[in-house]
Amino acid sequence: MQFTSFLENGHLTVALTGEIDHHRAKDFIQGILGKIEAYTPEICVLDFSEVTFVDSSGIAVVINALRSMAQIEGKLILSGLCPQPMRVFKASGIDKLVEIKEAAS
Amino acid sequence: MKFDNFMILEFPSKSSNEAFARSAVACFAAQLDPTLEELGDIRTAVSEAVTNCIVHAYPNELGIITLRCRILKDHVLDIVVKDRGAGISDTEQARRPMFTTGGAERSGMGFTIMESFMTTFELTSEPGKGTTVHMRRKLQRRK
Repeated sequence: MQFTSFLENGHLTVALTGEIDHHRAKDFIQGILGKIEAYTPEICVLDFSEVTFVDSSGIAVVINALRSMAQIEGKLILSGLCPQPMRVFKASGIDKLVEIKEAAS
Repeated sequence: MKFDNFMILEFPSKSSNEAFARSAVACFAAQLDPTLEELGDIRTAVSEAVTNCIVHAYPNELGIITLRCRILKDHVLDIVVKDRGAGISDTEQARRPMFTTGGAERSGMGFTIMESFMTTFELTSEPGKGTTVHMRRKLQRRK
């Protein structure tokens, strides 16, 4: 799985790339879980700026990350969402469960 | 002829075909000059329908998925996704938001997204025979 991450002052940023569908969801879920378990950050930021497509599998990716962060009493933030992923997250109501940082324009 | 153009695709229920299916429909829809948002909605809905076939219709086997697209009058894109797999015994329950039999890797939002992103949505299914999703999206005519 080609995604990069970095840790700064207890804040873990995981940069996701490409299209998140059912075919790739398992790799994303396990990859993010692995990073969270390794670093136990206070805040985990999922950076979507290089994500070009998301379907409902992406919702499962976010929910799994949310669950992992809740277990260590941390906070999950989504950032850099393009319009298409944003529409999927809004249609599913996930924007009410997790903080979404609007992309800098 | 009631429609201006059509295409039919058949492919096995491999998850690598999810990206193929939504891209193929997006390419076909391009002749209607859709906006980026319309194209995104169509790709998402097709991805959901095809994923359902792969995960639920043929859980332990490879089966055939048939995808048919037509361009109807008045800038309407008509999409049918059909399988001959397991079928759904309770379609009301399946359509409920957050309901899934797919475990932690699924969100149960597939039908909700298809319904909200498309203009019309119809689900017919018979256990043991298969499932058909029929959806339409009316596209804006750009000036």
